[in-house]
Amino acid sequence: MSHTIKLKKGFDINLAGKAENKISNAPKPETFAIKPTDFPAITRPKLLVEEGDTVKAGTPLIYDKMAPDVLYCSPVSGEVAEIKRGEKRKLLELRILADKENDFEDFGKHSKSDLKSLDAGKVKETMLKSGVWPNIIQRPYGIVANPEDAPKAIFISAFDTHPLAPDYNFIYREEAEAFSVGLEVIKKLTEGKVHINISEDKEMLKMFSQAEGVQINKFSGKHPSGNVGVQIHHIDPINKGDIAWTVKPYGVIQIGKLFLSGKYDASKKVALAGSEVSEPQYYQTFVGASIKNIVKDNISGDHVRYISGNPLTGERIDADGYIGYYDEQITVVPEGDFEELLGWIKPTTSKLSFHRAIGLLSFLNKKKEYVLDTNTNGEERAFVLTGEFEKVLPMDILPNYLFKAIMAEDYDEMEALGIFELIEEDVALCEFIDVSKHELQAILRKGINLMING
Amino acid sequence: MNPIQKFFDKIEPLFEKGGKYEKYYTLYEGHRTILFRPKLVTSKKGVQVRDANDLKRTMFTVVIAMIPCLLFGIWNIGHQHFLAIGETATFIQKIGIGAIQAIPIVIVSYAIGLGTEFAVCVIRNHPVNEGFLVTGMLIALIMPPSIPLWQVALATIFAVIIAKEVFGGTGMNVLNVALTARAFLYFAYPTDISGEVWTYLGDATAVDGYSGATALAVAYDTALNGTGTVLESFSGFWAEGMYSFKNMFLGAIPGSIGETSTLMVLIGAAILIATGVGSWKIIFSVFAGAWLMGLGFNAVGVNAFMDMPAHYHLVIGGLAFGAVFMATDPVSAAHTETGKWIYGFLIGILTVIIRVVNPAYPEGIMLAILLMNVFAPLIDHYVVESNKNRRLKRATV
Repeated sequence: MSHTIKLKKGFDINLAGKAENKISNAPKPETFAIKPTDFPAITRPKLLVEEGDTVKAGTPLIYDKMAPDVLYCSPVSGEVAEIKRGEKRKLLELRILADKENDFEDFGKHSKSDLKSLDAGKVKETMLKSGVWPNIIQRPYGIVANPEDAPKAIFISAFDTHPLAPDYNFIYREEAEAFSVGLEVIKKLTEGKVHINISEDKEMLKMFSQAEGVQINKFSGKHPSGNVGVQIHHIDPINKGDIAWTVKPYGVIQIGKLFLSGKYDASKKVALAGSEVSEPQYYQTFVGASIKNIVKDNISGDHVRYISGNPLTGERIDADGYIGYYDEQITVVPEGDFEELLGWIKPTTSKLSFHRAIGLLSFLNKKKEYVLDTNTNGEERAFVLTGEFEKVLPMDILPNYLFKAIMAEDYDEMEALGIFELIEEDVALCEFIDVSKHELQAILRKGINLMING
Repeated sequence: MNPIQKFFDKIEPLFEKGGKYEKYYTLYEGHRTILFRPKLVTSKKGVQVRDANDLKRTMFTVVIAMIPCLLFGIWNIGHQHFLAIGETATFIQKIGIGAIQAIPIVIVSYAIGLGTEFAVCVIRNHPVNEGFLVTGMLIALIMPPSIPLWQVALATIFAVIIAKEVFGGTGMNVLNVALTARAFLYFAYPTDISGEVWTYLGDATAVDGYSGATALAVAYDTALNGTGTVLESFSGFWAEGMYSFKNMFLGAIPGSIGETSTLMVLIGAAILIATGVGSWKIIFSVFAGAWLMGLGFNAVGVNAFMDMPAHYHLVIGGLAFGAVFMATDPVSAAHTETGKWIYGFLIGILTVIIRVVNPAYPEGIMLAILLMNVFAPLIDHYVVESNKNRRLKRATV
């Protein structure tokens, strides 16, 4: 039961420094951090621990006062080293100094057969207290799901088309058992269908393409064909009042491991990629790890930016910063904080552009791997061009009108123009190609927050 | 470090907050960013790398696309001049006369327009915008070669302030800025922008039998007098072969500086379409609308102008120039892709209707575009509504 959806719109950003298919074991990071800012839904984070407390992997650290059932747990065992706050005492980071050996909280093992007898309520209870629940994301809004809701369907995108994204077929090739157990658990959470969306453009792991009891949907096309929001739009779109959930394969696997072993297993493979990495490859580490040991001896550039996540939707972090909760990649690109004589008009083959305006020649060489720095390549201007965003957003949505509705804080228009169907990653390409250099992802999040609170 | 950068760094404190010229910071920044791509980097969250294109390069692409029209226009001013006074002249002589007439118009348009922009930017503390790069050239190209420079200056000031800045600057205007300049002159100084102004004579006297009438005027008069067909009047024009289809396509005819040559306009169109900067949908649908309307008039056929073969409409007057460089202005055109088809098509239809039916305005493209500029948001409104309805319908099924 599968059908192929071909997406013509989009744009592949082909960057230098793809991770090679090998996994390196960097020394285990000494510190880990959980950042409430990784979860856009958390508005009033409350601490459950104090500095100096010892914690195990799976010990709850924080919760949101607005959704107290969802616990955010420690990825490793150790000691709460520092609680970092910003302006107005806003909680920014909770740092854990890790033990050498990981010690786990026990949430109860299950055999595959007794898993069948568990009901949705019991499953949710275990997921909520053990720290795996935040893997479940709600659409609309792209926030951590509310366990009280009954989603109409659950969607899993089994491939990532972002620039320099990790190859799930490589990093999850040994996780078939955990994935299938996780999938059994996920199926209990909805009365509707569970969808696994796979790529037609490459060979997929059998655990994805031959998963049982789910609907398999095939997609082909450029980025953002791997974005789950784009896929949902073409399978079973989110209308007003609908709630659907999404999970990444990593979340499914983590949930599977929880029920198999009774442990909150926060181990994770991340790609270290980008033009400034000497040997781009994968590293075995944990959720929220400090990147210090990973990037230490593997960076070739001297003036670089470290990004947790990919170059389209990621976040700048320090050289000793921490990987974001949902991120599976660290990208290192050159900083672009320098002027360039007549850089706005010089013909160039070395800079990538979706456009073909005079002197931009990258369209002639589609196979080339580009080295892009962080320069904005121009200043912010009013919206002038039209019809461009539509070319990189394979959805029946008029992005210009939606952004203007958000700027005008017009709730009815935002709703009517389809804000329920989008999250930041879906408009990231629009932001990349925008000649007026707006921060469209931030604008969209502002609109989403208005809808949540309005 | 480049010495120019050093110079900029040295004078920067004067323009910064607390500096002697802090009011003029936007001018300092504007000049620096024309010379250097600025060192701005992407934010902490969101896209970390960005596309190489920006608004400056996009606008500059349009300017490049207009260069063939400008160069041909300069030659054509000289060519028409010597033709009218009955002298033979070399290529260089024609270029010389043309340049003396055309270049000051370009300079005045840019200098006055940019000056006005700078003044507004300083007063309102906006960054200097690159929109006028295009507008400045457009204004010059749609002026008659004999236009007094002070009128160019006045029209430019009017257009920049009334058509653009009062709406909030580049990207916010409702009407096409260059066409507003032209329309201003048309209504304020009608005698300087209609009639026998399309050929630059200077102090010389024209040869016997000379007429400065444009093809549109000839066609209109033929219909008015009710004698013969338009094509007969074209071939009977004083300068032999002037209004043959081929010559009008090539553009060696009287008219505004940049509009006469359909060929040069099409070269510009090719640049705009190849670079993706101009909407081919608009360009194509303007031509299609005009041609179909021409065919429609052929079918009605109550006077000679209506009987003129429809394809002549595409090469006479400013239709081609307007379709390629004016109608495609992304800000004042329809913003939706479906809307662009309708918008362009209606411009084509209206242009030909105004040409053929309306006695007051010999050329219809200017008013057709301005009118559709006003209606573009309405067209978009219905396209956007249908998008919303699809979403709503999906929810209720």
